Amino acid sequence: MSEHTHSEEKHITSYKAYFIVWVVLMVLTFLTVYVSYFDFGQLNIVVAMVVASIKAGAVALFFMHLKFEDPITWLYALFPIGLLFLLIGMTIVDTFTRIFPL
Amino acid sequence: MEQANMEHAEDHGLHLTPEQEYGISKLGMWLFLGTEIMLFGGLFAAYAIFRAKYPELFLESHQELNREMGAVNTCILIFSSLTMAIGVTAIQRGKQMLAGIMILVTIICGLGFGVVKYFEYGAKFAHHIYPDTNIFFSLYFMMTGLHMLHVFIGLAVLGVIMVLTFKGKFNEKYSTPVEIGGLYWHLVDLVWIYLFPLLYLVG
Amino acid sequence: MANHTIANNVYVPFLEQKGFLSWFLTTDHKRIGILYLISISLFFLIAGILALLMRFELMTPMSDFVSPHTYNVLFTLHGSLMVFFFIVPGLAASFGNFLIPLMIGAPDVAFPKLNLASYWIYLVGTIITLYALLSPADTGWTFYTPYSATTDTDVVMITFGVFVLGFSSILTGMNFIVTIHKMRAPGMTWHRLPLFIWASYATAVLQLLATPVVGITLLMLIAERSLGVGFFDPAKGGDPVLFQNFFWFYSHPAVYIMIIPAMGVISEIIPVFSRKPIFGYKAIAYSSLGIAFISFLVWAHHMFTSGISEVAATIFSFLTFLVAIPTAIKVFNWIATLYKGSIELHSAMLYALGFVFLFTIGGLTGVFLGALAADIHLHDTYFVVAHMHYVMIGGTVMGFFGALHFWYPKWFGKMFNESVAKLSWFLIFVGFNVTFFPQFFLGIQGMPRRYATYPEEFESLMALSTYGSWILGLGVLIMTVNLIKGLYSTEKAPQNPYGSLSLEWQVPSPPPTLNFEEIPTVTDWTYGYGKKKEVDA
Ligand code: HEM
Ligand SMILES: [Cu+2]
Repeated sequence: MSEHTHSEEKHITSYKAYFIVWVVLMVLTFLTVYVSYFDFGQLNIVVAMVVASIKAGAVALFFMHLKFEDPITWLYALFPIGLLFLLIGMTIVDTFTRIFPL
Repeated sequence: MEQANMEHAEDHGLHLTPEQEYGISKLGMWLFLGTEIMLFGGLFAAYAIFRAKYPELFLESHQELNREMGAVNTCILIFSSLTMAIGVTAIQRGKQMLAGIMILVTIICGLGFGVVKYFEYGAKFAHHIYPDTNIFFSLYFMMTGLHMLHVFIGLAVLGVIMVLTFKGKFNEKYSTPVEIGGLYWHLVDLVWIYLFPLLYLVG
Repeated sequence: MANHTIANNVYVPFLEQKGFLSWFLTTDHKRIGILYLISISLFFLIAGILALLMRFELMTPMSDFVSPHTYNVLFTLHGSLMVFFFIVPGLAASFGNFLIPLMIGAPDVAFPKLNLASYWIYLVGTIITLYALLSPADTGWTFYTPYSATTDTDVVMITFGVFVLGFSSILTGMNFIVTIHKMRAPGMTWHRLPLFIWASYATAVLQLLATPVVGITLLMLIAERSLGVGFFDPAKGGDPVLFQNFFWFYSHPAVYIMIIPAMGVISEIIPVFSRKPIFGYKAIAYSSLGIAFISFLVWAHHMFTSGISEVAATIFSFLTFLVAIPTAIKVFNWIATLYKGSIELHSAMLYALGFVFLFTIGGLTGVFLGALAADIHLHDTYFVVAHMHYVMIGGTVMGFFGALHFWYPKWFGKMFNESVAKLSWFLIFVGFNVTFFPQFFLGIQGMPRRYATYPEEFESLMALSTYGSWILGLGVLIMTVNLIKGLYSTEKAPQNPYGSLSLEWQVPSPPPTLNFEEIPTVTDWTYGYGKKKEVDA
């Protein structure tokens, strides 16, 4: 089986690294809840999504070991996200140019 | 004759080395996670469209949700992700007891998440809020419901893996199922990381 | 009887074991392929009979044979069964299962048990859908809201059945992607892979990432009907066109799930019977991936008249034209392969040539429909019906029949009657064109689809189309009988009747249970026919 001749070196993440990631996640959670009590208008959702994406990134990279995966795994982790943006983006373009034609 | 055939049927099959099985299973799981992203994706897309269309409705309705309960559940899930990750490292180092306990803690957290959710749903129904109340709550119930379903599936999978771990089926040479189950559990966490702010915080 | 077969070095054809359980519990990809083959063929025949009934009704302008409601039920069932039960699993699940491990030199797919589970899920979806027939839906296979949210017929069950089927498709796609990445024999590099493998890979990506979107869409529809939510109901602030956006985000890629494996089949058949290396190997290989990718970008060309915005319609019309590029690349390369080849008109080759001819018509008419201005006139007319049947019968089904005739000796170790096969091909080819070519004219003259009645002036073309359907039906019947009779023939098929270079022909017919005695080492690409060698392979 062609891709296995070079043996898969397993990367083992240390407990300590996990704890650091966890602390970061908790701080970010606290932060996002805290700022939700203030109103930044349109920026609310932006802030919330940026924080959520950092958290999601941390979970994927470290808890799920994506950082140590091969390009194929990266491809299949990122491609669906691109497709999702396509679905959301084009449907929104349709919905809103119906209301506000160019 | 039937008997012999069945044995033969089982005899056929792949004889992969543990390393091969590891690479194959991990890629398979990541592909499946891609599917999951697209499955939830439809609901996220609906959320984006209707929120953009009806910002006031979303703002008003989301205040009915209990931010504290949502935050508690977020902490529970994140903690369960931590214990799951520790469990994976433990089994990769051959520490079966520690790994088993960590998976057990993960399962307990998952159950705790379910209990909190149960009270949340109950409170909503008590206030006569149902999936058909308005579009926001339709989305709320469908998104959290589908997520809850994933939690339950995850719990079932982890339950099996925990038993096998305590039975000593896994070790530093062979830990694939623990890692695969872990990936699935982290996905459950990932989805919630987005659901929480979208539904509870900014609405 | 069973005991002496277990030893490794004795040749045990995979068909050797008998008994229900040996099939129901098999994890052998070749047997699972057969299970799919039988299932999808059954659905093809059932849905085909429904189509003949519809054509019979349409022989006269009045609805005299069935009531309009029954007619609606007929086209809903015909469409749903053909699309979700036959053509989407279709070549990918049957021939994909049989061929992928053999072609890449692997003992099985990456997840044999999951493979079996996929088939069981397919069965569960089937059972649910059969149950739905107690009160059959009348929405059309597209389940458009708002009608599907309000009709009294049982939409929930049939959509749930389709939802379940979706998981079968997803898991199959996942299995094949991993198999192609991880299970190739030593030396089987990407650029040595048979083109059917490239096609299967592209198909699998679509199955994996597009299917979940229709899954959630159908769940939302089910919630709409059972929980009273209003995602698609304007009265509740929803948007019926949103359903179409989501539905076609899957269903346009799904038409490529249908056609790409057939393109792969054609790329295997043509070089063998032209005795020439395939022309433009890399172009064909990468255009499969290209088609798969572009197919995600064009979905709203089904919705030009549904009330989407002009901006969106313009963008999607433009993007639709891009699909023509990779498609045309393939067609030109097949023709270039045929050019100056020593062509042998085996029945499989006839189907391949039929494919190239008919699919080109289907694809070109697709470009007409993709043009915004033309589609305003042609949408929901018989022109669309003709287009889709030219690509789905003229394309996919021709590819499917071609594959059946081509790999039949390998799969079953038997031969069918070649002259009868040629005769049935002729009937199918002629019958198909007589049935569907007139429908282009009907559509241009404005005959809308999905009606049991029509104005008098369309009667002659409509009747012609019905006569054609009889020829087509006869052809399929003869072909089916011929292929089934072949199974009982005593003539054993040789290992490699066409002198193919692909790996599946280098093992006995039918292949042994474990495929290869020893995993082969590959040293050359699959298409080194004739003297010429491709330099960059
Ligand atoms: C060159 C490639 C193609 C182009 C540009 C194209 C374009 C289109 C367009 C614009 C429509 C919508 C017409 C309307 O409803 O007004 C359509 C319908 C359709 N196409 Fe294609 N198409 C192509 C290839 C295919 C292939 C390969 C298949 C399947 C194997 C396919 C299957 C269908 C089906 C089933 C419909 C009708 C769906 C329905 O409303 O029930 N097409 N095509
Ligand atoms: Cu399309």
